[in-house]
Amino acid sequence: MINRDLLKRLLETFGPSGNEETIREVIRQEIKDYADEIKVDALGNLIAIKRGNGKKIMVASHMDEIGIMVTNIDENGFLRFTNIGGVSPFTALYQRVMFADGTMGVVGMEKLDEMKDLALNKMFIDIGACSKEEAMKKVNVGDAACFYTPYVQNDDYIMAKALDDRIGCYVTIEALKALKDCPNEVYFVFTVQEEVGLRGAKTAAYGIDPDMGIAIDVTLTGDTPKAKTMDVKMGKGTAIKIKDNSVLAHPTVKNLMIETAKENNIPYQLEILEGGGTDSGAIHLTKSGVPSGVISVPCRYVHSPSEMVSVKDVKSSIELLVKVLEK
Amino acid sequence: MLLKRLTDACGMPGGEGEVREIILEEIKKYVDDIKIDRLGNIIATKNGKPGYPKVMIAAHMDEVGLMVKSIDEGGFIKFAQAGGLDERILVSKPVLVGKNKIQGVIGAKAIHLQEKDERETPLKTKQLYIDIGAKSKEDTEKLVKLGDYVAFDSEYVEFGNNLVKAKALDDRAGCAALIETLKHEYNVTIVAAFTVQEEIGLRGATVAAYNINPDIALVLEGTLCSDVSNVPEHSYITKLGNGPAISLMDSRTIFPKNLAKRIFDLAVKNGVDIQYRLPSPGGNDAGAIHTIREGVPCAAISVPCRYIHSPASVMSKDDFEGLKKVVKLFLEDIKEGEYIRD
Repeated sequence: MINRDLLKRLLETFGPSGNEETIREVIRQEIKDYADEIKVDALGNLIAIKRGNGKKIMVASHMDEIGIMVTNIDENGFLRFTNIGGVSPFTALYQRVMFADGTMGVVGMEKLDEMKDLALNKMFIDIGACSKEEAMKKVNVGDAACFYTPYVQNDDYIMAKALDDRIGCYVTIEALKALKDCPNEVYFVFTVQEEVGLRGAKTAAYGIDPDMGIAIDVTLTGDTPKAKTMDVKMGKGTAIKIKDNSVLAHPTVKNLMIETAKENNIPYQLEILEGGGTDSGAIHLTKSGVPSGVISVPCRYVHSPSEMVSVKDVKSSIELLVKVLEK
Repeated sequence: MLLKRLTDACGMPGGEGEVREIILEEIKKYVDDIKIDRLGNIIATKNGKPGYPKVMIAAHMDEVGLMVKSIDEGGFIKFAQAGGLDERILVSKPVLVGKNKIQGVIGAKAIHLQEKDERETPLKTKQLYIDIGAKSKEDTEKLVKLGDYVAFDSEYVEFGNNLVKAKALDDRAGCAALIETLKHEYNVTIVAAFTVQEEIGLRGATVAAYNINPDIALVLEGTLCSDVSNVPEHSYITKLGNGPAISLMDSRTIFPKNLAKRIFDLAVKNGVDIQYRLPSPGGNDAGAIHTIREGVPCAAISVPCRYIHSPASVMSKDDFEGLKKVVKLFLEDIKEGEYIRD
């Protein structure tokens, strides 16, 4: 069963990197009855602890999403902006954006001779204000906004912005709820600032000093027309990471995941991501080193307003995470 | 004058000794403890009252410059960059080579001898060389060794409307402001970190912050200011003369908004000019400090510098005075128990 109400809240809540207060509160409310202890660290990571006598395991999924930050407001009330994380000017164009207080705007562009010249510094946000004074009643320089697209779901797929990595948060929350007799001490961490360089995971892992790290994030797929070759397909099961640009999955963690998937008949595929990185990249280099791996949800159109994942893959990811933690 | 002595001194990344000596001499009367760590950072502690937080204040001692890479048969010096420089600004600049500050000039083929396409493309580092007036390789080798640092030869000059032209305002302006800050008494404990190797990747600050383990941190900097001809207003980053600039976001840090706003509002309340540094590329020691150990709340306050990373960077003395005032106001505003972690 997919909890549609929770998914909607996770996928439509504001939370660009560095501005995770609102999404953190949504998650905190959802998990507070299931954890033995909950805390927030100096950078804003939400850490929920499920006590146990076994190994210390850190499970990380990031709360933040890509977005924009306002850099200037002109005399006519138009906002100039810069990117927070990987924002392409071509996907940003004419998208709606939402500020923390619910103020909405649309991304427009200056007149360009050629579309290939499109760049963020030739674009602006229109919030329907007629003057600088009017705009500044709603928005200030330094304010962040996220892209705004309502979420869509049927029995097969989920389509939304910020599936990267709210679907990872969803998997983590459902695993926390489902975890019954766990011999291990599990730290469920909802990290900040992954999209700008794995910054939250770095400080969280230092504080926890875990015996093992598992990040839950999305990965790309190679199953769309003339896609870059990649042996991950949407709908073919959870993906167990072999490598990306930030981490080589530790053999013990990777093999534990593969064996667990086999034993429980959980559909899985192996993932080699050329480019990109996840929180495990920061976790595995903490202190003297932490054996780390990643459970990925295959996702098409990452960092677009309509990222897409398969419901089946979400379910198999939750199942694999629960079984691994119980082992 | 302190800022003049600091900017006239040479201190490339990894070779900050001359600057370090000036700073040590300046601060020793005002602090309780001074250490130099293994990377060369100065860590100076000024004890406050119990119950108040430990505030790390960082300013980097190093500046961008060059390093001797090889000496050719004619005695000309080939060089590499030490820190991020725009190689288009290098040609024809007077320089000082090595500890003994041998005078030289960065040369290139004369315009008369250049082919058309050579004239149309900016000169690259590999096409340039330093001429110290030597006759031969042997002659140069008597004065210069491989690995010697090369600094711009550019004097501190005051001009215009209370402006300063100098090299290395990034970040000797921050060092000078930090030195002045240490001369006052506070309730908080201050650990001043005069850091090394910022320009090549925040390396000094990384180990300094780990060692200090602060409750909160401030970074004092010289930062981008492009309020000049042919730049649209939304790309200014900061404006010269509008006061010190508080960072919101750069390539390495998203600064906590409540802390930035607190400092901004405090300045406004006390009638000190202040501005936000608009989100833009670049990074400073905050990038290393805020993710050390379990994370540190961090603010960066900078003096706007036009033509930064060149021999002739320009700042306003008013902005510099403003920086010192804002830092003092904030340190005095911190209350007992604030920012202290359990």
